[in-house]
Amino acid sequence: MDGAGSTVAVHAARPDLLAFATRHRATLAAVAVLVFPALLPFKAVAADVLVYGLFALGFNLVYGYLGLLSFGHAALFGGGAYACGIVFTRFGVPWWAAVGAGVAGGAVIAAVIGALAIRTRGIYFAMVTLALAQCVYYAAYEAEGWTGGENGLRGVDVSAITLGPWHVDFVNPLTRVYVIAAFVVVALFAVSRVLASPFGAAMEAVRENEARARACGFDVRATRWLAFVLSGAVCGLAGALHALTIGIVPVETLTYTTSGLVVMMTLLGGMGTYFGPFIGAAVFLLLENLVSLWTVHWQLVVGLAFIACVLFFPRGVWGTLLAGLRR
Amino acid sequence: MAGLTPDLLAMQVFAGLALGAVYVLMALGMSLLFGMLTVVNFAHGAFYMLGAYGAVALLGYGGNFWVCLFFIPLAVGLVGMAVERVLIRPLYGRGIDYPLLLTFGLAYVIVELVRIGFGTEDLPFDTPAALTGAVNIGIGYFPLYRLFVIAVTGVVLVGLWLFLERTSYGLIIRAGARDPQIVRILGIDVGRVWLVVFGIGTGLAALAGLLAAPLQGASPDMGDSILAIAFVVTVVGGMGSLLGAVLAGLLVGVVVSLTSLVAPEAAQVAVFVLMAVVLLVRPQGFFGRAGLMS
Repeated sequence: MDGAGSTVAVHAARPDLLAFATRHRATLAAVAVLVFPALLPFKAVAADVLVYGLFALGFNLVYGYLGLLSFGHAALFGGGAYACGIVFTRFGVPWWAAVGAGVAGGAVIAAVIGALAIRTRGIYFAMVTLALAQCVYYAAYEAEGWTGGENGLRGVDVSAITLGPWHVDFVNPLTRVYVIAAFVVVALFAVSRVLASPFGAAMEAVRENEARARACGFDVRATRWLAFVLSGAVCGLAGALHALTIGIVPVETLTYTTSGLVVMMTLLGGMGTYFGPFIGAAVFLLLENLVSLWTVHWQLVVGLAFIACVLFFPRGVWGTLLAGLRR
Repeated sequence: MAGLTPDLLAMQVFAGLALGAVYVLMALGMSLLFGMLTVVNFAHGAFYMLGAYGAVALLGYGGNFWVCLFFIPLAVGLVGMAVERVLIRPLYGRGIDYPLLLTFGLAYVIVELVRIGFGTEDLPFDTPAALTGAVNIGIGYFPLYRLFVIAVTGVVLVGLWLFLERTSYGLIIRAGARDPQIVRILGIDVGRVWLVVFGIGTGLAALAGLLAAPLQGASPDMGDSILAIAFVVTVVGGMGSLLGAVLAGLLVGVVVSLTSLVAPEAAQVAVFVLMAVVLLVRPQGFFGRAGLMS
């Protein structure tokens, strides 16, 4: 199920199994995504894991596969959430069109931020994406007529999902989780397909050696921009699903802590691996839920866990596991 | 627009300089850390907040503002040095992202510790009695405390410049920024230089937070918004350039101040628009070396 591993020769004790898992990573990930909500006692957490896992998956396209650390992904996630919420509450479009608007919203904001930010690299990229995302946050904060300003955008209430002859109750936590899971599965397959495509190879080539990629005839800037937009579409979808799940778009969705959150999740799970971000989101949210049962200062524990992760397990939970399996 | 007299504009520019002075102190520290250590300190806002809360604590034990002004930056600088030694040092040479991510986690921890110690509510912070009121500066009456902020920043700037340019230790620091390996070969402990630089950078952040506290009070998340602005200032001025940090800090302060005169709701956005324009025209910032980040 590992993306970076797909280009590396797998020399493991059980090469067949790993090779099989790598080839069918999207299917296996989809099975995992469909099975785990049934195992979790709290369906709200399950929905959060799916939404943030998808968010981290989209973020990882830029961080893990393109090698650019973005600190502005809150704008893409929140942008998708607001786009979905605004067309749903203000224009009364059906739910599926609102989800589509979320995807488009994330992609459009990514196109603008990306066009500016890919002019820079490394540390600069992190700072520029952060600053531009802050700009989106303040804009949403002030545009009260559209976004509800400080109070957030309320009333994104979907009670039932109808698509042709199908009719699903969206209030029931379990069916709601599975509606979200269906979208996540589609996204998992799409992302896997992109990563396996020549474009996916171009992304990794740009990450590994920019000069060589350029010499090979890749348009480095276009590759970066397109990958960023793609990441925006995935994160926009995650944002739209988030808006539908909780029925409101809080303005905090756009703050830079949300950007930091997704960085943490991805690093915790393992950057540059296909399924790592999902694992990271699950570990993070379960940790948060467990610790907050015991103390309100869960951020302290999470912050310490993150520091330990940076210092001792830079490959993350999933990355370390995969590296262990390969050895 | 009625009422936009030259005097009013001049006053607003002056108010912008006072605001900018705080940004300058933040961006100076940040630029130092980046220029010398290639560390982007995401905990810089947390150290800023620590400066304000350190003063709250010290005032609670009967200290006065002047004592705080001297001891708090020193104390927070020592905390910064401890952080460098224990947490940042193992990450040198492991890529530029890791210190950044680590300090991001560290900011969580520091903010949460302050919440545990002082509560989540905003705390009021009185302007020291000697600095209340306003003085006539020729174009109108201006709050004395804001003048004081500008003055302190000026003194710190001159002091820092003299230290870096006129002392032998400053020479070592500048040499270490340019080529740490040669400095090491010459028999100088570069690790200690970095330790000192980290102390200075975090101390400057604490001073900025302390100076800002009488203007806006103290709250655990006061570092959040200023961190983003400090990033903008360092990007606009050019990463690693101290002169750039000073000019860009003042410019951003004036831009915020002037925009809030005509369109208060756009003041924060204007900062980021300014950054976008600078990036389009001059991606390396005012004084950044071209290609430094490529």
